[in-house]
Amino acid sequence: MYKEIRFTGFGGQGIILVGHIVGDAATIHENKQATLTQSYGPESRGGACSAQLIISDKPINYPHLTSPDILFAMSPEGYHKYKNEVKPGGIILVEENIPVNNPPRGIKLVHIPATRLAEGLGKKIVANMIMLGALAAITKIVGQAALRKAIAASVPRGTDEFNLKAFETGIDYALKPQMHTDKHG
Amino acid sequence: MFLQGNEACALGAIAAGCRFYAGYPITPSSEIMERMAVELPKADGTFIQMEDEIGSIGAVIGAAWTGAKSMTATSGPGLSLMLENIGYGIMTETPCVIVDVQRAGPSTGQATKVASGDVMQVRWGTHGDYEIIAFSPWSVQEMYELTIKAFNLAETYRTPVFLLSDEAVGHLREKAELSKDVEIIKRSPKSDKPFFGPGALMPTLGQGKKLSITGSTHDEWGIRKTQSPEIQAKFTTHFCDKIRLNADRITEYEEYYLDGQTTVLVIAYGFTARSALRAVELAREKGGKAGLLRLKTVWPMPENKLKSLPTSISKIIVPEMNQGQVIREFR
Repeated sequence: MYKEIRFTGFGGQGIILVGHIVGDAATIHENKQATLTQSYGPESRGGACSAQLIISDKPINYPHLTSPDILFAMSPEGYHKYKNEVKPGGIILVEENIPVNNPPRGIKLVHIPATRLAEGLGKKIVANMIMLGALAAITKIVGQAALRKAIAASVPRGTDEFNLKAFETGIDYALKPQMHTDKHG
Repeated sequence: MFLQGNEACALGAIAAGCRFYAGYPITPSSEIMERMAVELPKADGTFIQMEDEIGSIGAVIGAAWTGAKSMTATSGPGLSLMLENIGYGIMTETPCVIVDVQRAGPSTGQATKVASGDVMQVRWGTHGDYEIIAFSPWSVQEMYELTIKAFNLAETYRTPVFLLSDEAVGHLREKAELSKDVEIIKRSPKSDKPFFGPGALMPTLGQGKKLSITGSTHDEWGIRKTQSPEIQAKFTTHFCDKIRLNADRITEYEEYYLDGQTTVLVIAYGFTARSALRAVELAREKGGKAGLLRLKTVWPMPENKLKSLPTSISKIIVPEMNQGQVIREFR
């Protein structure tokens, strides 16, 4: 097993945090190997950021991505910058507000209304957890139980219940049959 | 734990007994400082953000003389500012740990991009005649373990020790086992031996001894001897010999696929060694007889190991994230 995932968005959306949670779930709670690297501008809030995660059952020597299996995009810049590197047969999860004209061929493109659902829960800030729930349900890259533990261990104290509620909301949305999915090519 | 290399370094420092940190934040080392600011108060230690890197290393050296194990962390531009006082640390035989999380230079360069351009700077950056110890971690696990070793060797050899890391290891997150059961070398209580030179134990200020601590050449008791060629020779020999004569005890390396069949040897250190191991394994899948010698300590070099390499080796490749620095050691 060897999977590469890129998480991308604006600084401040909790992109690196999501990468950390998935890496924590894979390593600590599922006993796999994972590496997480990040790239960002000198500024952290508002700038483009990206986290690169590899999950494997063997030690990972080279921790940079060669061809991601999954792209998790929460900003237009991130989506357009990285959409074409996704492996054929790979998956792109994209926030529904991001315009996706000319999506790459041979990729499963899934729109997640993360911001809208987060606003429905009362706080836009948990949009990343909704996206994470959808990622868990659609890709099964890491088990949901492991992710719940990793979320509780990673988010600020006192916010774990709310973050977990957002995570479940993302799972529920992704499991709905009417979910908006495009298949290209 | 699934954590970042820089955080592992801070936790290693705490585990090693570090109770004083002075620094000035700089990308890509700042997470070490942030974590020390959180951890040190909990451990009854002292954290201080200084006005710059010159002040930082000065405070670290001063704290060591009060009995504290002390550390600072920086990147190339900050290390350039620290060099003068690092020489003072060597001359006064002050145990302390300096972490350099390397980024692309020269000058301010590219703050968020990885490089290994400081490997000769830590070796020769400050003037004068001396040897240095520098560890080169390649994983989050080693950011923890080698930080602890850096503290131990600083105590054993009474000298500043470098943890020569880089942005890639510093910012990498991966699984690490942070053992609390680690071997730590504690500073000896006060002794009546001389204060400097071979066998001298690190004294502590405020224990009733008249201590003279100077960057000028001095004798065993710290008395300035700026005219004596004998004292100058004795002490520069001591600064070099305490590391040279113990090189086999200090140096650490790992071998991968290195035996009498190996024809191409890759010698690598730091983060580059991970890519090198991947390349060696890819070459072997295609039938190439490649091997890897990974340096965990870049300074001193494991000279005895290098002298006894198998004669089957016809080519040595030294990949580095610079234009070629350590390769000159093997030419």
